[in-house]
Amino acid sequence: MGAKQTPLFAAHQRLGARLTEFGGWTMPVQYSGIVDEHKAVREAAGVFDISHMGEFFVRGAGALDFLNSLLSNDVAKLQVGQGQYTLMLDDHGGVIDDLILYRVGEADFFLVVNAAKIDEDEKHITAFLPVGVSFENACDRHAALALQGPRALEIARAFFGPGWPEPKRNEITRYSWNCQGIVTARTGYTGEDGLELFFPSEIAENFFLALLEAGKPFGLKPCGLGARDTLRLEACLPLNGNDLSLAHSAVAAGLDPFLGFAKEAIYPGKNFMMEQKAAGLKMKLVAFRSADGPPPRPHYLLFSGPDHVGEVTSGAPSPTLGFGIGLAYVRADCATPGTKLEMEVRERRVAIEVVKKPFYKRAA
Amino acid sequence: MSQIPDTLRYAASHEWVRVDNDLATVGISDHAQSELSDVVYVELPKVGAQVKAGAVAAVIESVKAASDIYAPVSGEVVEANAALTAKPELVNQDPYGAAWLFRVKIANATELDKLMDAAGYKASINE
Repeated sequence: MGAKQTPLFAAHQRLGARLTEFGGWTMPVQYSGIVDEHKAVREAAGVFDISHMGEFFVRGAGALDFLNSLLSNDVAKLQVGQGQYTLMLDDHGGVIDDLILYRVGEADFFLVVNAAKIDEDEKHITAFLPVGVSFENACDRHAALALQGPRALEIARAFFGPGWPEPKRNEITRYSWNCQGIVTARTGYTGEDGLELFFPSEIAENFFLALLEAGKPFGLKPCGLGARDTLRLEACLPLNGNDLSLAHSAVAAGLDPFLGFAKEAIYPGKNFMMEQKAAGLKMKLVAFRSADGPPPRPHYLLFSGPDHVGEVTSGAPSPTLGFGIGLAYVRADCATPGTKLEMEVRERRVAIEVVKKPFYKRAA
Repeated sequence: MSQIPDTLRYAASHEWVRVDNDLATVGISDHAQSELSDVVYVELPKVGAQVKAGAVAAVIESVKAASDIYAPVSGEVVEANAALTAKPELVNQDPYGAAWLFRVKIANATELDKLMDAAGYKASINE
C-alpha cells in the first residue's frame, strides 16, 4: 500500500516542497530549507501541515471515567475548553502513544494522536469501550495546520479578524471561517507560542493558501517535518517511535508531570511505574550536547570509559545553538547534568555532556 | 535544474571526478548538495588511506542525516580538503570548486570508463 496524501498534497507540490514518507503519509520534509524554516519559527512564524495526525472523538456520559482509566493524565482536571498532554501506556508503562486530549464539551472529548499510531490507538480504545461511550475516527474529514512562532498569534488575529475567541495556553475554541466550522487550539510541538488549527478537508487548500498569504507580512513561511524535528528536539519534546516506545516506561522518559499518580483511577502501567519509582530507575531519558565534530544521530551508542551506558534516541545539529544536541536513555548513574560521556560515531569516540532539559526555552 | 559541468565525469551515486594525469579530484554534484541541503559536517579520508571504487570513502552530514560518499575510483588518498572541516557549508556553496573532497592517485584507469559523462549523469537524475 502506498503512502497516503493529505488534502494539502497538491499545494505542497506547487510550493516546491521536497516530499518524504512519514508514518505512512507523504509529507513535506522541507520547502526553503530546514535551517531557514527553523529560524523562521524561532524568529517570526512557520506553518506546518499536520493533517497526517489522527483525530478521534470519545463521547458519552461515561467518557470521562473511561478516558481516566485509559490515559495517564488526570482528565478530571480539564474544564470544558481545555486540553492536556497525556499518554496511552501498556501494563509496564511503555508508551503506545502520546497525545493531546481536549475536553470540548461536558462529556465530549477530542483526541489528537500520532499518524503512525492511528490504527493501533483505535484498536486499543475500542477494545475497552464501555456501554454508553461512543468512539469516532474523524481523521478523514479533518485537515490540520500548526501555526507556530513568536508572531503566530498576531497572524491568527489578522487572519481571523476581531470575532475570533483567542484560546489561552492549552485551550481550544470554535470559530467559523468562511461559514466553515474550524477549531483553534493553543498548542504546538516547536517550543514556541502558537496554534494548532483543525478544519474540514474540503477547504484545506483554500485555508492553507489564505493563511500563508495573511502571514506573509509577518514573515510566515511554510515548514516541513525537517524543521519540526529540530524545533521539537531543541525544546526537548519527545518523539514517539524515537524517544518514546514500549522499551522504556513513561517514568524513565521523565514524563511524571503527565502521569496522574494522585488520581484515583487505575490506568495501564500506573502500579508498575509507582513500583519502579519506589525501587529507583535503571535508565533515564537525558538531554546531551556534543562539541565540534559529528552531530548525534539516533542509535549511536554511549559509553562511560569502557562501559556501554546508553543509546541515542534523537539527535541533530541544533540550528539555534550551533552544536549537536540529542536525547538518550542512559544508565541512571550517568544521568546527572554535567556528566561527561563518549558517543561512538563510525568506530570512533567523541565527547558529549549530559545537560539540563530543555536546550531551548522561549522568553516568557 | 542543477549545474553539471561537461569537463567532469560522474558516478551514479552523485560524486564527480576531475582527472589530471594520474590524479582524480573527487567531490559531490550540485544535484547532490541540493538534495542534502544545509551541510553541517564533513568527514574525509586520511591522507595515505587506500580507497576502493564503490566503497565508502567520506561522510557528509546535513541537518537531517549522515550520507555516505563513495570513492568513484580506487587508489591512495594524496590530499583531503581540510577547509571543509571549518566550513562544511562550502559543499552547498561551491560543490565543483572550493568544496572538492579529496584527491586519489588513480590505481586503475579503466575504472574511469565506468563513470558517466555530463549527458549521462543528467539523464540519470531526470533533468
